[in-house]
Amino acid sequence: MQLWYALWDLLPIEMLHWDFMRNALLAVLLIGPLFGLCSTMVVTGRMSFFSDALGHSAFTGIAIGCICGMTSPTWAAILFALGFALLFSFVRSRSNQAADTIIGVFSSTAVALGIFIATLGGGSFAKYNRYLIGDILSITPTQICLLALVLAGVFALWWSISNRLTLAAIHPQLASSRGVPVHLTQTLFTAAIAIVVTLAISWVGLLILNSLLVLPGAASRNISRNLKQYHCFSVLFALTAGIAGLTISYYLGASAGAAICLVLALIFAICFCLRKVVR
Amino acid sequence: MSTNLHSKGCSDSCCLRVQNVSVSIGSEHILKDVSLHVHCGELVALIGPNGAGKSTILKAILGQQEYEGVISFSSPGLRHRKPPRIGYVPQSPAFDPSDPITVADLFACCMSKRPVFLGLGKKMRETVLTCLDRVHGRELIDKRVGTLSGGELQRVLLALALEPLPNILILDEPLSGVDVEGMVTLMDMLDEIRKTYDLSILMTTHNFDLLPRYADQLILIDRTILNQGDPKTVLASDAFCRVFHSKGGHA
Repeated sequence: MQLWYALWDLLPIEMLHWDFMRNALLAVLLIGPLFGLCSTMVVTGRMSFFSDALGHSAFTGIAIGCICGMTSPTWAAILFALGFALLFSFVRSRSNQAADTIIGVFSSTAVALGIFIATLGGGSFAKYNRYLIGDILSITPTQICLLALVLAGVFALWWSISNRLTLAAIHPQLASSRGVPVHLTQTLFTAAIAIVVTLAISWVGLLILNSLLVLPGAASRNISRNLKQYHCFSVLFALTAGIAGLTISYYLGASAGAAICLVLALIFAICFCLRKVVR
Repeated sequence: MSTNLHSKGCSDSCCLRVQNVSVSIGSEHILKDVSLHVHCGELVALIGPNGAGKSTILKAILGQQEYEGVISFSSPGLRHRKPPRIGYVPQSPAFDPSDPITVADLFACCMSKRPVFLGLGKKMRETVLTCLDRVHGRELIDKRVGTLSGGELQRVLLALALEPLPNILILDEPLSGVDVEGMVTLMDMLDEIRKTYDLSILMTTHNFDLLPRYADQLILIDRTILNQGDPKTVLASDAFCRVFHSKGGHA
């Protein structure tokens, strides 16, 4: 970290004279590849709604952690989100109802439970606002290290299961006939998304988090011809939006998470207009 | 149309025996006491109306459906290698046209341990081209799977099912969504593949016109076996007329 701070001392960039901005920049450089990678599979697997539901479950976990007296309820949130993801996978595999119906059931239940617990006994909801909006400027060096570990873990997981996961997402029956353990592969993926979503919720915010999981991949699909381009553009867009959004938020004094998502939305619009020209 | 297959000898083909297989979901009998035999190197077509249980039999053979009864494979080469390799071409897979997944990506996802998102190596690309040559599909390698026509997609999936060379090939409605010319091309390829690799093939279909020319055996099913044997005999049987004339199928 000292080296990172020293690097910016040498450069005449005003916004990076502040340690919290240097931390935030390092965080978006890690969040970019993390969400860029996850986004491709979330979009290909048609799990946009599911990742939104996971965010809600993470919020419920945070509320449970707070009411249990934890100063840092992140671990309670991770456990709850993992339980939520595994229970969802189990019910989905046993039910013949459409996936979005089951996601709706889980999502609404998680939100209701979270608000119920947060307001139990007349408690104020205000202390949970930071989880709704998020604040990447508050990220600490320890949390950045944790983020780097998660990125390394997700990359290792992608390295080992991304081919099988892609096949399972586009045609589960074909995947199964080729020896892919479809249910196990999808469960591993949902568990990874649960961890990423839960860790990111306090920095990005529940309301914006899902757009970070959807927009990079959605924008990239418009102009990609193959899987390599799809992943490369997705990561590139997430990185670009992260740096641009952080800069905009610094100079205009708005939420960094919201600015990042707006830049991503702009990138999506540009890619959408270019889709017929490029592909 | 003749096919230009790269002969690599016999596939170590095996015969398939389905004995008294029944499948029930809740109180509903999807299949009842079904027995059939696909001999080594034979092309067998399963025909029947919608909901007759054709795809369910295939799923049971693939191990994707629980069943009662016995499904067994036999071949001299299978003594030390169980279960057998089954090449499978699924029914009309609806790939999303917006998915940025090329034919080469699809093959690499099935065959390569290296993550496809890092790009395809030269060796993998050559392997994919060799596979596509088996179905005259070399030019399809960089096309997105969601934009392939029905016939092109079936050829690609057939090439995929043949790598690695299976002991038995199973195709679920390979002729659906394929134009008449494409059907003849595909059946010619299957016939050539069967002869070149001495491969047992089991397929389901609703298109009966081409079957007397290509199939060795026809099995008429409507939750249970109604008739089986020589294609011309089955197509002329009372059971066939009863099932398809009364239920409005293609006769």
